[in-house]
Amino acid sequence: MEYNDFLEMFIEESKDHLQNINDELLKLEADPDNTSIVNEIFRSAHTLKGMAATMGFEDLASLTHDMENVLDLLRNSKLTITSEIMDIIFTCVDFIEKMVTNIEQGGNGKENVTDIVFQLKKIQDPSLAMNLENQAINETAATAQLVMDEFQLSVINEAIKFGNHAYQISVTLDEQCVMKAVRAYMVFQVLEELGEVLQTNPPVEQIEEEGFNDTFSILLLSPQEAQDIQKQLLNVSEVKQVLVVEQGNQQGKIDEEVLVKEVEKADPTPKQNGNEESDSSKKKPRSKSIRVDIDKLDQLMNLFSELIIDRGRLEQIAQNTHLNELTETVEHMTRISTNLQELILNMRMVPVEQVFNRFPRMIRDLAKELNKKIELIIEGAETELDRTVIDEIGDPLVHLIRNALDHGLETTKDRIECGKPEEGKVVLKAYHSGNHVFIEVKDDGKGINREKVLSKGIERGVVTLEDSQNLTDSQVYSLLFSSGFSTADKISDISGRGVGLDVVKTKIESLGGAISVDSTLGQGSIFQIQLPLSLSIIYAMLIKVANETYAIPFNSIVEITNVARDEVVTLHGQKVIQFREQVVPLIYLQEVFHVPSAPNETEVQELFIVIVRKGDKTVGLVVDSVLGQQEVVLKSLGSYLTNLYAISGATILGNGEVALIIDSNQFIN
Amino acid sequence: MESFKIVAFKLGEEEYGLDITNVQSIERIQQITRVPNAPHYVKGVINLRGTVTPVIDLRAKLDFDCTDYTKDTRVIITKNEEIQLGIIVDRTSDVLDIAKENIENATSLSGNTEFFEGIAKLNGRLIILLNLEELMKTTNY
Repeated sequence: MEYNDFLEMFIEESKDHLQNINDELLKLEADPDNTSIVNEIFRSAHTLKGMAATMGFEDLASLTHDMENVLDLLRNSKLTITSEIMDIIFTCVDFIEKMVTNIEQGGNGKENVTDIVFQLKKIQDPSLAMNLENQAINETAATAQLVMDEFQLSVINEAIKFGNHAYQISVTLDEQCVMKAVRAYMVFQVLEELGEVLQTNPPVEQIEEEGFNDTFSILLLSPQEAQDIQKQLLNVSEVKQVLVVEQGNQQGKIDEEVLVKEVEKADPTPKQNGNEESDSSKKKPRSKSIRVDIDKLDQLMNLFSELIIDRGRLEQIAQNTHLNELTETVEHMTRISTNLQELILNMRMVPVEQVFNRFPRMIRDLAKELNKKIELIIEGAETELDRTVIDEIGDPLVHLIRNALDHGLETTKDRIECGKPEEGKVVLKAYHSGNHVFIEVKDDGKGINREKVLSKGIERGVVTLEDSQNLTDSQVYSLLFSSGFSTADKISDISGRGVGLDVVKTKIESLGGAISVDSTLGQGSIFQIQLPLSLSIIYAMLIKVANETYAIPFNSIVEITNVARDEVVTLHGQKVIQFREQVVPLIYLQEVFHVPSAPNETEVQELFIVIVRKGDKTVGLVVDSVLGQQEVVLKSLGSYLTNLYAISGATILGNGEVALIIDSNQFIN
Repeated sequence: MESFKIVAFKLGEEEYGLDITNVQSIERIQQITRVPNAPHYVKGVINLRGTVTPVIDLRAKLDFDCTDYTKDTRVIITKNEEIQLGIIVDRTSDVLDIAKENIENATSLSGNTEFFEGIAKLNGRLIILLNLEELMKTTNY
C-alpha cells in the first residue's frame, strides 16, 4: 500500500473516532458519573493518537495526547467532570477535527493549539501550568524506581482487598533487540491480560517512542501469582530478564488516614472499571465491513448496465432463433441480474445516521450560544439513502435546524410565559414512503406568522399587495423559500443572513427532491424534505418525438393525456389547452428540440401530451408517442456538453442506444 | 533527439495528428444520439461501453464540407483532464514517431489556426498537429 492509501484510511478512521468521541462526550455530559463512557472516549482518543503519531502528524498526536491525559484522570476519578472541563474537551475535539480536515485537504494538520494545550495541562494540574518546562526535565531525570503517589497507594490498597496483588515489575530487553517499542508493546499486551497497569516508568508514551534503555518498570495490579506473571512475560521473545516484586502490603500502611479519604474519592474502584470495560466491549460487536471507494461502485454499476444491454441482445436472439435451451438460459440470467442490480444499488445505500449524528453536538453548542434549552429527538436514523444524496443533504439540514433553533423556538422566558415546557423540542425524523425518503425537521416553537411573512414579502417585492390577499397559508409559507427573504428581525450569527432557505430549496431540487413547510401559529412548524431514494436510478417515462427517444423523469409528470387537435387554441401567440379547468400552455418538443421530422409522418388528429409540473405551475409537452415507463440509470453527459437547454442527462436503453433525459423544469419559468 | 508518438488520421487528402497520450481508443462509427440545441459540429452522444460520450465531427469543427460516413470513418476517443470527447475523422492512418525538431509552427496556414499546434514533417509527409485543448472549447454555441 502507498502512503496515500494509508492516509485515506487514516482520515476515514479518524473521522469515525471523532464522531464516536463526540457522541460519547454528549452521553457523558448527560451522565457524568459513568466511567465506562469515559473509557470508551479514552479508547477512541488513544487509537487516534496512535494513528496520528504513526502517520507523522505530530501536532495532532500531541494534542490528542494531552486530551487523553485529562481523560485518563477522569476515568480514574482523579478529576470530577465540570462543565468547564467538558467545554475544553469539546473545543479540543473541534481542533482535532479541524486538523483532520486540514490533512484531508492536503495540509499538514498544523493548528495553533498552544492555548488549548495550556488549558488541558491546567486541568491536569493547576500548579503545573506554571512550571511546564521544569516538568520535562524532571521526567527524564526520574529514576527507574517507581514513585507512587497517594492516589496509587490507595488504589493498590483497595485492590488488595479484592484479592489482587500489586507487583512492581522490571523488564529488561535483549540488547540486540531492534524494535524495542514493539517488544514493549507486546509486554504491555500480556500485562493487560493479566491485570491492570497502574503506572510505568518511563511513561507509556516514552516507551512507545523507544525512549528507554533496555529496561522499563511497570506497576501492575493482578490476581495472578508473581511466578506466573514472570513466566508469561518471559514468553515474549527478546525479553532478557523479568523481575517481579510484590508491593503494596508494606507500603500501603504508610499513612492510613490519608488513604481512607483518598479511597472514598477513588470510588468506583479500578476493579469495577475493568469489568465495565469488558462489558461495553462486548456490547458493541464490530460489524464486518470493508471500505469501498464510491467510484468503484460506479464502475461496477457501469459494467453491470453493459451486461444488461447484452442480456437484451441475447433475449432478442433467443426469440428469433426459437432455441428453447437458449431461452431458458436467458431467463435465468434475467433473474440473476435483477437480483444483482438490487444488490449493487443496496451497496450504495447508507443510513442517514451518518448525517444525523453530527447534529446532537451542533445543537448542544447552538443551545449554549442562544441560551435556550433544547431537546433534540432523532427518529428513523437507520433510514437508508444513496451515498451521493447523503453527501449533499448535510448542509441543507444544518440550515433548517439552525433556523428551527434560532427563529422557530422562543427564548426560555417567552416559553414560560406562553405556558410551554421550558425545554424546546426539535424533532429530526427520517422515513421511507414509496420511492422517496422524507426527512422532517419539526420544532414546537412559535410557528410561522402569516402576517409577518406577507408584510416582509411585500416589502421585499416577492409578492404584490393584491396577490397577498388571496394566498393560502401554504402559499404564504412557500414565500420563505424565495431568494432574499428573511423574517428574523434581528440578524444573528446563527441564521438570518437572508440567503438561507432559497439556497436550501435549490439544493434539494438539484437532488431531485422537494421541500415544503407547514406551521401552526404558537405550536411550531415543520419542514419536510422529499428525496429520491437514489440519484443513479430514476423512474422515467420514455417518449418518442419523430424518431428520437427521450426520457421524462416520473417525479415531474402529473398526467399523460391525449387531446384532439382542434382542442388546442392559441392565446396571445401561445398554444394552450384546457385541462381539468386549467389553462395549460403547450410546448412542442419537436420544435424546441429541432427534431428532424420522420419521412412518412402523417397529420395526426390526436396529440399525446405529457403534463409536467414545477411547483404549482404546469405545462403540457407535446410528444408523438409514449413508449412506457422504465427504471433508467442516470448518466451525465460529461463535462464537454454543459448547460444544454432542458436536458439534464442521458441514459442507456436496453438496445444500447443513448436516450436524453428531459429537464422539464426549464420549460416553466 | 526528443520525439513523441502521434495518431495520424485523414480528412479528405489532408493528414492530421493527435498526441497519443490524449487518445484513449479508436472506435468504429456507431449509433449517435443527436443532442438538441448543441453547437452544429456536435453530432451527439454515443454509448461508449456504458459511458455517455459526446462526439464532434472534425470536418464541421474545421469548417470543411461534410461528407457521408463510410466504412473507414472512425471516432477517436480523446481525453484531456476531465473532458472525454469523440472526434469523427474520415480514416485513421498510422501511429508515428515525430521528432520535436521536425515541427514547425502553424502560423503560415490560414483559417482556424487556433486549433493547430504545429506542422510535423516526416519523410515528405506534412501532418497538422491538433491542439486538443482548443478543440474541446465550446465557444461558438
